[in-house]
Amino acid sequence: MHRRGVGAGAIAKKKLAEAKYKERGTVLAEDQLAQMSKQLETFKTHLEEFASKHKQEIRKSAQFRVQFQDMCATIGVDPLASGKGFWSEMLGVGDFYYELGVQIIEVCLALKHRNGGLITLEELHQRVLKGRGKFAQDVSQDDLIRAIKKLKAMGNGFGIIPVGGTYLVQSVPAELNMDHTVVLQLAEKKGFVTVSEIKSSLKWETERTCHVLDDLLKEGLAWLDGQAAGEPQYWLPALFSELYSQDVTPEEASEMVP
Amino acid sequence: MKFEAFSLGNTEVSIAIIYCAKIVVHLHPAPSNKEPGPYQTSKYSYIKLSFKEHGQIEFSRRLSEEMTQKRWERMPVSPPINSSTTSQAGRTRAVGIVGIERKLEEKRKEMDKNISEAFEDLSKLMEKAKEMVELSRSIASKIKDKQGDITEDETIRFKSYLLSMGIANPVTRETHGSGTHYHMQLAKQLGEIMLAPLEEQGGMMALTEVYCLVNRARGMELLSPEDLVNACKMFEALKLPLRLRIFDSGVMVIQLQSHSEEEIIASAVDNVSEKGSLTSEEFAKLLGLSVLLSKERLLLAEKMGHLCRDDSVEGLRFYPNLF
Repeated sequence: MHRRGVGAGAIAKKKLAEAKYKERGTVLAEDQLAQMSKQLETFKTHLEEFASKHKQEIRKSAQFRVQFQDMCATIGVDPLASGKGFWSEMLGVGDFYYELGVQIIEVCLALKHRNGGLITLEELHQRVLKGRGKFAQDVSQDDLIRAIKKLKAMGNGFGIIPVGGTYLVQSVPAELNMDHTVVLQLAEKKGFVTVSEIKSSLKWETERTCHVLDDLLKEGLAWLDGQAAGEPQYWLPALFSELYSQDVTPEEASEMVP
Repeated sequence: MKFEAFSLGNTEVSIAIIYCAKIVVHLHPAPSNKEPGPYQTSKYSYIKLSFKEHGQIEFSRRLSEEMTQKRWERMPVSPPINSSTTSQAGRTRAVGIVGIERKLEEKRKEMDKNISEAFEDLSKLMEKAKEMVELSRSIASKIKDKQGDITEDETIRFKSYLLSMGIANPVTRETHGSGTHYHMQLAKQLGEIMLAPLEEQGGMMALTEVYCLVNRARGMELLSPEDLVNACKMFEALKLPLRLRIFDSGVMVIQLQSHSEEEIIASAVDNVSEKGSLTSEEFAKLLGLSVLLSKERLLLAEKMGHLCRDDSVEGLRFYPNLF
């Protein structure tokens, strides 16, 4: 009776089988790479077809862009990763968002001296739209947020902070922790906060309150109004609405001062 | 629906912020020979118009005017869209509004059809894209498990496939960084076009500035932020005279290799000593650079022990370190 699976013969057989599997493994991986190359070409054709029919939809409809982005995210694809990607090249999604990125950076840079690098999403939206001109395509706030998320790759502290029902966009690498954020959220209603407001709403001690406010002052995110009736008020230029602020050129400013 | 204003009630509460001005338009009951319209019946006998941000006074004036003039009864017959349903001569009055309504409805349906077709096609496209993602994951896991010998060239090929599809690179073999041939090309291009601007800006530029500069110059086929970063990571490997540098604060810059660290620090210290002390803003004005980068230079000099800081609410000021 032959005993199976033991002895030198069995070992040799096993080694042969392993070698064959390894060989197979090599073939499999290379095979798959070739397969992927072919499938990529096919996919490209499908994408071209889609683009010829619906490229306009992406440009015109913010809703469609949202749907498109969500679907991509679901399957694990980032259509904005590279300008060299198919999505970008054929659907033009790339140029749309990358250009928006440029516009966002420029607006933030222009206003940084005034608001310290913090701006509401609304104001950013308004100014970007204005900069794009009357005949440019509409952009939604969702578009802005997606563009900003991409900008994060370049360091420089682009971030999005939720406050009230909206968002603040940060464009400087200031370290804003939870304490700073919650004070910003508190200030959102009126555009300013006072020490006593913070202490009563958040139940903080004086030292913690002053430390956070000092940080905001240092970063240029807050301005101190020491002449306010009652106690000093800490104003956040980022939260100035159209009601409070006016764009003034240096010439106009010098004319206004008596 | 035929309506004639029976009374115009004007309720205006201007004190409380919550309430807004309203105009209530009361309607006659519909006559028996009522033409088809948006609604055949309604349980309400009035329409309430709410004005959140003014406009009620002007609107009420114009409404009263129109109610007096009754211009819609004098409107010429416009050709009905759907001639099969119209035969009565007495359609003159309603055609105007109903006709517009119909046109809008058709336009809406057309748009909806386009969008739903687009969504359908999009879903099909995504199905195919999903197959690509799964295939790439399978290949990636094989590479990781070393099931099969993929050559370096093939790895680069694989990376470029991932780039085309926008799939994140799961294979972290750093042969040429996360870059592909595309990024190598980009890096070389940057090596040429950035030399002059960098010289002008004192040898250093924030990556966001570079992004704007390059993309504005291109006009089309723009770079993504990640493209730029990945290209910059290849400077050293390609022996280009630029370097990507990341400061402690997270700020990313491109730096001319010729501008050495020591030079930058030494010149910063010189400037500060000359003026006694400097803030980032003052330094920026002095050099004609951005405040961000001026700050980074001062911080660098401080890190090396040549400057010390005075941090107050009035700002961050740097002094020569005499300790």
